[in-house]
Amino acid sequence: MKPKLSFEWLHACSGCEIALLNYGEPLLALLNRVEIVHFPLLMDHKYTRPEREDLPLSLPEADIGLVSGGVAHQEHLTVLHEMRRQCRTLIALGTCATHGGIPAMRNQWSTADTLQTVLAAGDTEPGPMLDEPSLFLDRVYSVDEKVPVEVSLPGCPPQPELIAAIIEALLNKDTVPPANKSVCETCPTLRKGKGQTTIRRFLDNADYDRDQPVSRMRCLLEQGLLCMGPVTAGGCGGKDTPLCLRARVPCRGCYGPVRPGGNQLLDMKNALASNGIDHRSIVDRKSLLRFSGAHGLIQPAGKRR
Amino acid sequence: MAQVLTIDPVTRIEGHARIKIHLDEQGRVSDARVAISALRGFEQFVVGRPAEEIPRIVSRICGICPWMHHLAAVKAIDGCFGVTPTPAGHRLRELCQVMAHIHDKILHFFFLAAPDFVLGPDSDFSVRNIMGMVRQDPELAARVVRMRQLGQVMLDRFAGKSIHPVAGVVGGFAKPMSAEERSDLQRDGATLLDFASFALDYAKERVFHRYREEMQSLGAITTGFLGTIDDQGGLQLYDGRLRLMHASGTTVDFPAADYAQHLSEQVEPWSSAKMVYAKSWQEGFSLDPAAPKGVYRVNTLARLNVCDHIGTPRAQAELEDFRAQFGRPAQGTLLYHWARLIELIYACERTQELLADDRITDPHIRNTATPQAGRGIGCVEAPRGTLIHEYATDDNGCITSANLIVGTTHNIAPMNLSVRQAAASLIHDGVYDEAILNRVEMAVRAYDP
Repeated sequence: MKPKLSFEWLHACSGCEIALLNYGEPLLALLNRVEIVHFPLLMDHKYTRPEREDLPLSLPEADIGLVSGGVAHQEHLTVLHEMRRQCRTLIALGTCATHGGIPAMRNQWSTADTLQTVLAAGDTEPGPMLDEPSLFLDRVYSVDEKVPVEVSLPGCPPQPELIAAIIEALLNKDTVPPANKSVCETCPTLRKGKGQTTIRRFLDNADYDRDQPVSRMRCLLEQGLLCMGPVTAGGCGGKDTPLCLRARVPCRGCYGPVRPGGNQLLDMKNALASNGIDHRSIVDRKSLLRFSGAHGLIQPAGKRR
Repeated sequence: MAQVLTIDPVTRIEGHARIKIHLDEQGRVSDARVAISALRGFEQFVVGRPAEEIPRIVSRICGICPWMHHLAAVKAIDGCFGVTPTPAGHRLRELCQVMAHIHDKILHFFFLAAPDFVLGPDSDFSVRNIMGMVRQDPELAARVVRMRQLGQVMLDRFAGKSIHPVAGVVGGFAKPMSAEERSDLQRDGATLLDFASFALDYAKERVFHRYREEMQSLGAITTGFLGTIDDQGGLQLYDGRLRLMHASGTTVDFPAADYAQHLSEQVEPWSSAKMVYAKSWQEGFSLDPAAPKGVYRVNTLARLNVCDHIGTPRAQAELEDFRAQFGRPAQGTLLYHWARLIELIYACERTQELLADDRITDPHIRNTATPQAGRGIGCVEAPRGTLIHEYATDDNGCITSANLIVGTTHNIAPMNLSVRQAAASLIHDGVYDEAILNRVEMAVRAYDP
């Protein structure tokens, strides 16, 4: 009997699912090794709900469960608890699931404020309120804040090969090697030391020779551009150049902190200080937690410890 | 006894949705609604951020069409800072935007929609999917998977990241195109254009002709349409003027920046997504199935209805064939699929057209921007429809307010009408089964929400 695989998305954008599809033809062979029991994007398995809506829904049992997205709504929580109950191995897939991701930027405001702003945007007359605002959680949580997970795979999105490698490893009962390199450690740009001492906004392009490879371009942080490479988990470019750098654009930290439990804002302030760069020259320092605002790292003003 | 049927989740669509069908005492459909959960708070948490960072944040609204949000935002921020992109920057953005349509249309038609037709709407749910397609025709499925991936790989190779892109920047583009990159893209673009022609031929033979009756009747409603055109009325995906067409066929054209004079948003208490209606028709907004008011549609069928012609030869020939069969405006909801594959051909042809122009490798790709107080509106045609981003900035060039109207938002009102129509025509005397409910979902799938 083939191992069963179940895939759910919570407060998510579909990017993780598309990343899996971007694995291409080898994906067909991989999917052939499993029996997919639940995967709303690709197949018609529905939730089984009891007659009463306030009772929990049920999902099928699975050997491997993948969950993308953070947790922001009571329904996400219901689905997540059921996934945890039914899946032997649960994978938190993508930075929203592992660190809150971009949607956790809203943790800077209360849910009530966010609802008010979003519903009042544009020329809308203040419309009728949503019938169940209480179903929205007080903030955006990562998956591991709500249930224990066996594997955390960050990335916005994670590299297709990394997702496939983890599924393969679980099928082969191999151990999953931990990633512990930073983006900088995988970046080929030239570091000369003694770069700019302030950070400027990304309003014109980095300085580089268009006919030369990225390895001939000077480190963007040394050029005075904010690059989160020092404090961000590497792996986006596989063994090759990090992806944003290939577009000659600085890293913004989408794989979350290098060490589990790390804090990209504090780590970056330290990294800047040790390079003699004044962190106060950054216009929006809260954005250093742009991808990792769950775990209580971003809180509404006035609630900070 | 009155009851409520729930389809949860709606599957093989690109997001979260649930359908509720209300049956009265006699088992007749008294109401049906699609609820889309979409509230993520982007309009809140962009506030205070340096505007030039926004295109890398709002891309996360959608992992299937991140280029659309990325570039609508880039265009809007150009407006806030009063900077005009260089001609090469403009071309590189359009190239990426049309290329990003390619994988999306292949995904939607073959992975999500086709199983209903190729395996049949009544086939068992466990095989009615891409894995079932693989078992039935492994060679075709492998080709489809390869071609969809190729569309993404082209973007990855040139622009670094295909999902959640970073290369569009205020004032232009972050990297120029080399001669080698250009010829690689031309080679792969030609492969995709061949596939696009094959895909439409395949669909005509295997789907559209076999399901001719359903194409026009399932979820059929009569509405207006909205899309983007160029100065000559030709189809545009990246840039142009908006055209709002009434169901009667009369049209009004306006710059995207004037959208608020023509469209208005409304919040319905049962869906956390806002609805938009055509304010300028001055008939108000109503979802009464007998006499809907203010309702228009966007996305592929809408774009093909509003344009006078398509500027590339193969797509134009297909448009003429389509119009000869279904008239203008064509209203059949499942015709969205047909229109989608015509647009796939256009996207491939337009990719080749842009690459054929030597100016695509011009190294002058970005003008320097200066932060300032301002207001900007950026509009592109996303796979799911007309996408509008509007931002205002303070003196420091940081965001003070945002309003986003995404493609699916326009289509929520018509989707509700289509679902109700489909449910009412399929469910009688309270009798329903899995196959009937799947046909109701097919009315939603056509819109690719």
